[in-house]
Amino acid sequence: MFAALGLLLPFAAWAAISASGWVDSMFLPGPLNVFTRMVTWLFEDDLLGDAAISIYRVAAGFLLSAALALPLGLLIGAFRPVEALLEPLTDFIRYMPAVAFIPLVMLWLGIGESAKISIIFIGTFFQMVLMVAENVRQVPMAQIEAALTMGATRYEMIRLVLSQSAKPAMLDTLRITMGWAWTYLVVAELVAANSGLGYAILKAQRYLKTDTIFGGIILIGVIGLLIDQGFRWLHRRLFPWSHARG
Amino acid sequence: MSKVIIKNVGKIFNAAAGQIPALQDVNLSVEDNEFVTLVGASGCGKSTLLRILAGLEYRTSGEVLCDGQSINSPGADRAMVFQHYSLYPWLSVIDNIKFSRQLKVNRENLTSSDVEAASGRADALLNLIGLNKVRSAYPNQLSGGMQQRVAIARALMGRPSILLMDEPFGALDAQTREVMHDLILHIHRVEKTTIIFVTHDVEEAIYLGQRVVLMQPRPGRIHSTFAVPLPAQRTQEMKHTVPFRELRAEILARIRQSTGITTDLDMLDQLNLQSTSV
Repeated sequence: MFAALGLLLPFAAWAAISASGWVDSMFLPGPLNVFTRMVTWLFEDDLLGDAAISIYRVAAGFLLSAALALPLGLLIGAFRPVEALLEPLTDFIRYMPAVAFIPLVMLWLGIGESAKISIIFIGTFFQMVLMVAENVRQVPMAQIEAALTMGATRYEMIRLVLSQSAKPAMLDTLRITMGWAWTYLVVAELVAANSGLGYAILKAQRYLKTDTIFGGIILIGVIGLLIDQGFRWLHRRLFPWSHARG
Repeated sequence: MSKVIIKNVGKIFNAAAGQIPALQDVNLSVEDNEFVTLVGASGCGKSTLLRILAGLEYRTSGEVLCDGQSINSPGADRAMVFQHYSLYPWLSVIDNIKFSRQLKVNRENLTSSDVEAASGRADALLNLIGLNKVRSAYPNQLSGGMQQRVAIARALMGRPSILLMDEPFGALDAQTREVMHDLILHIHRVEKTTIIFVTHDVEEAIYLGQRVVLMQPRPGRIHSTFAVPLPAQRTQEMKHTVPFRELRAEILARIRQSTGITTDLDMLDQLNLQSTSV
């Protein structure tokens, strides 16, 4: 109820302001204009194609990031020496803005798909590693010590306790970093692309097509919301025990 | 030979303020099937001693033997029940109890009859703790008392040589605690386990223990040992008998004497003293 209200109110305000004529419709198109533009974008221009290529880039960059960050974060969280070896470096790189790597990435990789995927990877990987490591460190000591007193080996500890216990938190980490992946996608597409939602937004700016800009932004928001809900659904599905209450 | 032999055990913590002796010259033997309780004011090292027995902490001097073997690391022969948060929330009650079955230490030289016996044992333990009805429930659907029952069953699953309990009922309310007391006494009789039980509750220590070991702080050491003058089969009514009350009064008096604390104002003085000395 309140969630719907929270979404509808700003929307209503937007409709009211644009209808009142305070702001030139070139700068602030009304919801209806934006909607019509999205329909024509869908049927006459290639909205699905733009969305598909963007989703592909996010998925590739994000999955690559997750595939490396999950095991590495697990190792950093589980082993002190690995933590000492890798965490300072990761922390250091994490503070470098991923956007600043764009010129370098373009020099190295050109403006092909690998460049955009790399930007998304750089933007999410280092954060993800540290967050996963923290997820592992949050496993209650008593769970670890109980396994030790039952005779668990180090490997069994990681497989049967640490990774199992931290899984729900790791999925939350993935959900949060997915949001950042979209941010870096748009950045990458604004700078170095000739397709995708970010590129469509940039192109629309050149021709003062604010309705397309609005449409693109809203579309990215909707896709993000759907993915976020998907992650939440997966969380309830995979970890019913963390939602169960007596 | 005694089940557990603790010889001249000492433990020094390295802290920022220097070396802090947590345990000094602790000597204690525990017999097979004995129920020993460790009691004392906070900081007397009773939990540290228990964790050294479990192999979760290192002693800095002395020797600890369990079944004649020197203890240097955790092992399946010494199971431990913690105060809380030790169950695996992603596993059902029965899978928590069976957790140790999947560990390598329990899978070597396993015959099919062993596997069958283990499954039967898990069911028997579930019955023993009276939680058959919730065998498929997840831990966070259970009350604190039920969770501790599961933790006890899980610890017993591998038939440990000794059962170490670190204030296992400390977070439970008084009524639940009484029920748990009678349950653990029953388990001790049925399973013939050797139990070393740490508590700060003197009444609990006397009611459960055949022997109460009183420890004192700064540095942590054994103050005195009391044989509990009550029949082996305990009942709640015994808490109102003269021998029980007298022992309780004596132990409490010695705790006060050993720490120099009789009122909460003394406690405040000591805290001030500590903070100024650091």
